[in-house]
Amino acid sequence: MFEQSRRNFLATAGAVSALSLAGCAGTAGGSRVVVVGGGFGGATAAKYVKWFDPSVDVTLIEPKAAYTTCPFSNAFLGGVVKFETITHTYAGLAKHGVTVMQDMVTNVDPAKKMVMTAGGKSVPYDKLIMSPGIDFRFDTIEGYDAAAAEIVPHAWKAGPQTQMLRKQLEAMDDGGLVIIAPPPNPFRCPPGPYERACMIAHYLKANKPKSKVLILDAKDKFSKQGLFEEGWNLYYKGLIEWVPAAKDGTVKGVNAQTRTAITEFEEHKADVLNVIPAQRANLIAAKVGLTDKSGWCPVHLNTFESKLIPDVHVIGDAAIASGMPKSGNAANTQAKVCAKVVVDILAGKQPGIPKTTNTCYSLITPDHGISVTAVYELGEKSYGGVKGSGGLTPKDAGREFWKQESRNARGWYANISEDIWG
Amino acid sequence: MVRKSRLHLALGLAAGIAVMALAPPAQADGMPDVKILVSNCFNCHGTDGISAGVIDSLDELSAKRMAKALKEFKSGDKASTIMGRIAKGYSDAEIDAIAGYLAAVNGN
Ligand SMILES: Cc1cc2nc3c(=O)[nH]c(=O)nc-3n(C[C@H](O)[C@H](O)[C@H](O)COP(=O)(O)OP(=O)(O)OC[C@H]3O[C@@H](n4cnc5c(N)ncnc54)[C@H](O)[C@@H]3O)c2cc1C
Repeated sequence: MFEQSRRNFLATAGAVSALSLAGCAGTAGGSRVVVVGGGFGGATAAKYVKWFDPSVDVTLIEPKAAYTTCPFSNAFLGGVVKFETITHTYAGLAKHGVTVMQDMVTNVDPAKKMVMTAGGKSVPYDKLIMSPGIDFRFDTIEGYDAAAAEIVPHAWKAGPQTQMLRKQLEAMDDGGLVIIAPPPNPFRCPPGPYERACMIAHYLKANKPKSKVLILDAKDKFSKQGLFEEGWNLYYKGLIEWVPAAKDGTVKGVNAQTRTAITEFEEHKADVLNVIPAQRANLIAAKVGLTDKSGWCPVHLNTFESKLIPDVHVIGDAAIASGMPKSGNAANTQAKVCAKVVVDILAGKQPGIPKTTNTCYSLITPDHGISVTAVYELGEKSYGGVKGSGGLTPKDAGREFWKQESRNARGWYANISEDIWG
Repeated sequence: MVRKSRLHLALGLAAGIAVMALAPPAQADGMPDVKILVSNCFNCHGTDGISAGVIDSLDELSAKRMAKALKEFKSGDKASTIMGRIAKGYSDAEIDAIAGYLAAVNGN
């Protein structure tokens, strides 16, 4: 109750200072901002347009009634957190004055500045912010298409796919082989597949200790590699094996029925197979005309406005935010910069200088956390970490440090969830 | 208890007693807007600095204490798992602006 009234107060104070600072420029009051996608980027953008200027009219369009986060979905696979803990509704955003439409966007008319939905609605905008996330390149691994993903989960969009993978792990006999096939760059959450290996191994070690996790990688190196390998040595010796691309790791084909991963020279029959295919911006971005040849969305890095369609801003995994990883935390801080830019432009003001951050925790065990962090400024062609800042958990940091990082990982999750959907 | 007394202060301010005192510090040239800078704290510390989890809340600190702590994290005088790495990404002027803004909106 109290926190709520204080928040309202803060919102009022924000409005007052925004108005008093506006000076000769106008205000954004009454302008219409439409946000597509209620994930890490979109839900943050919707909330923070209101935080920066409560007088702007904000509509969020998202097909799902509740959003399950990828962050901590690996911990769910490891039996460390419950599914409900990682699932959030949009009630919080409604409380902040955001109009939440449960609908699917089917197209955008940039000339009329109108968003069309599957429910038959046309929603007008002055500024459109898109954060639709990713889709998979189902044409890159032979035999692995959308139908195959119903038997062999990717679990790289959290939800039913994550639950399917967990059920398969639970059903597997002791002594089984779990294969994880991480994608080539660029992809959502660079340390994600290796954290997944840890969390699955954590579950197997306690419940099915004769089993094994084999990582068949399309790459020769990966994010936080030294820290993951340090953790594998400490806890999962003989349980986790990583095969890089150079040693025939790249999975080129899949037989979903027999759960077989096929590389150039070998066939690996798994008991549980998790294929994470190559990625691109969500197909809605291509349909609207926001993507280039790479399949991702080029944007002006200071405003996140599309280079291809004016007044449409793209943030999060779908955007080419050069220098920043495709992470939920990056999407969150990009959304804040973008929300401020949009509010400023609508009020007739020059957008300011961007600054973003990214903090990405991974769990090796429930009590051993590691992190990578960065504070980004915009350079000439890309975002870059401020000199001397950021970086990884030090090597050999020690049990106390790791324990604290595992606590902070949970604290981060609690607070970023609240910052986005609360 | 501490929070409760601040509620009254906050409501008093909201009623218009001293709204101008809340105006954020002026933005220095070449620096991002202070609201962007503080919003970057909220992904780990909670919206408006109010933490739901084990990470410290920021809404109880005076500007002086917060700026001092951040500068000590930055120099390494104060040990941390991660704040040192992050604080090194901000100039002293940015740190002063962040601390001043957060303390002002929280009535500290
Ligand atoms: C296993 C795993 C672990 C991860 N762990 C971390 C972590 O610890 N920390 C971290 O920072 N990041 C992590 N990530 C990455 C993070 O999940 C993504 O970077 C983040 O979700 C990107 O946010 P987004 O807004 O771009 O996309 P999303 O969060 O995917 O949101 C996109 C939204 O758009 C909606 N949408 C799609 N199409 C339409 C349409 N046509 N109309 C309307 N709405 C639409 C979707 O329903 C969805 O809700 C992890 C990812 C994975 C897979």
